[in-house]
Amino acid sequence: MALKYAFWPGCVSKGAAPELYVSTNRVAQALGIELVELDTATCTGAGVIQEQNPEMGDALNARTFAMAQQLGLPLMNICSTCQGIESMVQDKLAKHPDYLAKVNDILADEGLHYTPDLEIKNFLWVLVEDFGLDRLKSMVTRPLTGLKLGPFYGCYILRPSEILGMDEHPDRNKYLEMVIEAVGAEPVDYEGKKKCCGFPLLTINRDNSLKQAGNHIHEAQDLGADALVSPCPLCHLNLDAQQPAAKQVTHYNIDLPILHLPQMIGLAIGIEPKDMRLDHHVVSTKKLLSKLPAPAATASR
Amino acid sequence: MKVKLKVKRTDPGTGETSYSRYQIDTVESTTLLDALIQVREYEDGTLALRCSCRSAICGSCAMRVDGRARLACRAKVIAITRGNQEHEITVEPMGNMPVIKDLVTDMELFWSKIRQVKPYLQPEGPEPEGEYRVPNEAMLDLTHTMNCIMCGACVSDCTVLEVDKNFIAPAALAKAYRFVGDPRDAHQVERLRQYSEYGGIWDCTRCNMCVEVCPKGVAPMNRILQLREMAIEAGITNNAGSRHTKIFTKSIEDGGRLNEVWMLPGSVGMFNVPRLVKEAPGALKMLRAGKLPLSQMIPPGAPGSHKISGMDRVKNVIRKSAALKPKKAEVVSDGA
Repeated sequence: MALKYAFWPGCVSKGAAPELYVSTNRVAQALGIELVELDTATCTGAGVIQEQNPEMGDALNARTFAMAQQLGLPLMNICSTCQGIESMVQDKLAKHPDYLAKVNDILADEGLHYTPDLEIKNFLWVLVEDFGLDRLKSMVTRPLTGLKLGPFYGCYILRPSEILGMDEHPDRNKYLEMVIEAVGAEPVDYEGKKKCCGFPLLTINRDNSLKQAGNHIHEAQDLGADALVSPCPLCHLNLDAQQPAAKQVTHYNIDLPILHLPQMIGLAIGIEPKDMRLDHHVVSTKKLLSKLPAPAATASR
Repeated sequence: MKVKLKVKRTDPGTGETSYSRYQIDTVESTTLLDALIQVREYEDGTLALRCSCRSAICGSCAMRVDGRARLACRAKVIAITRGNQEHEITVEPMGNMPVIKDLVTDMELFWSKIRQVKPYLQPEGPEPEGEYRVPNEAMLDLTHTMNCIMCGACVSDCTVLEVDKNFIAPAALAKAYRFVGDPRDAHQVERLRQYSEYGGIWDCTRCNMCVEVCPKGVAPMNRILQLREMAIEAGITNNAGSRHTKIFTKSIEDGGRLNEVWMLPGSVGMFNVPRLVKEAPGALKMLRAGKLPLSQMIPPGAPGSHKISGMDRVKNVIRKSAALKPKKAEVVSDGA
């Protein structure tokens, strides 16, 4: 069955993590997932706008939801933070019909209307629930056998669990490990995998932020991880781009590549690393890539 | 039904830690606390744990269960194991606090944080002859925080406290909200100023861990976010946290999406040279990796700044969303 989504790329994939945008599109194409980008949608607010003005955040997110509904498509994001905020707004609007009606009055100016039954899924959930891990396994041409990969979820795709569909999908807090196994690698079990990367504190309390990032990287590296993999580009920024600074603050001898989730999938289905901009990370991925087997001959995707 | 327990033990004399394993018979209604008491009574009298009401009211039995803080009396073993008899339940003392013995932690850090926020009403002016009268709707929003039973679960799992013991942490900040939000309190601005200092509301990383582990629906992080909103409204904005919120919001109002390049100078201050110098090597590394988009070099609001198309429609939504703000409940003057 062909999969098709309204695609919210998030601010970071269009800004400081362009490799995520490129790799998502490349991998989606290879998997046969059609993405219709919502290029006039706005930032979810990431919980920051909500600190000062939750109502503005609600209206802007409802607008994005309504755009997806206008296309008649479920909404896919590629950011744990986007997922969390979108789920939170969705929950609030569903619980307060009077409030939703006022929000819809605003959206009516552009001919938009939101009905609270939209399916909103991070790429990780799409992979497991819609695409299917068996189908993914069947497409693996370069199994990542021998690699130890540490999952790093990002807070908002896990918590608060009651608004993230965990009742219906209780394994959503295990999906990263399941996907890592599906591509042939071994998941590293470490405490930090479900904790905070520290990114929201980076400009506010630099030391605390970098200690959080550095501690998790160190813990995973100590347990033999070859890399971390995350569905959240904000985590990626703190774990990859800030890793040299985290090294200075924590004095840990850390040097661990951080993969975006689509990059890991792409490597396993035979996409060339440079086509997913794996050479555009702050922490070099060369050592990791040198451990990969050559893709099978049929892997010209 | 057999249940396997793996309990972390700490020797109070030497501080040495180890794990003890137990296997006991339980029934469907057995809580983890029942199971631990059963162990203590019939298997191993040396096991130390703290408990009292067994009804999720006293807040004594918080501990880590499979890595997450919760009340042992509120967790049925069958729900923890999902009926899988091979699932060994790992039971550990709360985190972020020193362990006295086994599952008993020293709560002094927790209480010191609570005292730090002045957890009592500070009204001003002559006392009314009768009671203080406040409208119901003014108190409704505070009922979440009044549900707090001081169990310490949120403090145990706070991810910021792990790296900085100066952080006031979730329970006390939720308690702080309870008093800032109370219309009878006369020191709201002073409180907000205190809570906005280092270690306070802006040092929360918004990880939702406290929301997840709180057994009483206090959702401390959400209370912290409300305090941030109130602090900004009260004009307490000379700090990196509120500047960050301001530049972030401005970026969305101006261009629809985040301008990441200007988040740092916008938050730490344009003239905070030492801090900006500190960030320079990192910024260079990002630039070299192609991670600092040139399109974002112009600051939000300046001519030529980066915008998504259709900003007039976005601005319309933002402008009209102001009318969605709920009206604030006010103190009803005392009838005396």
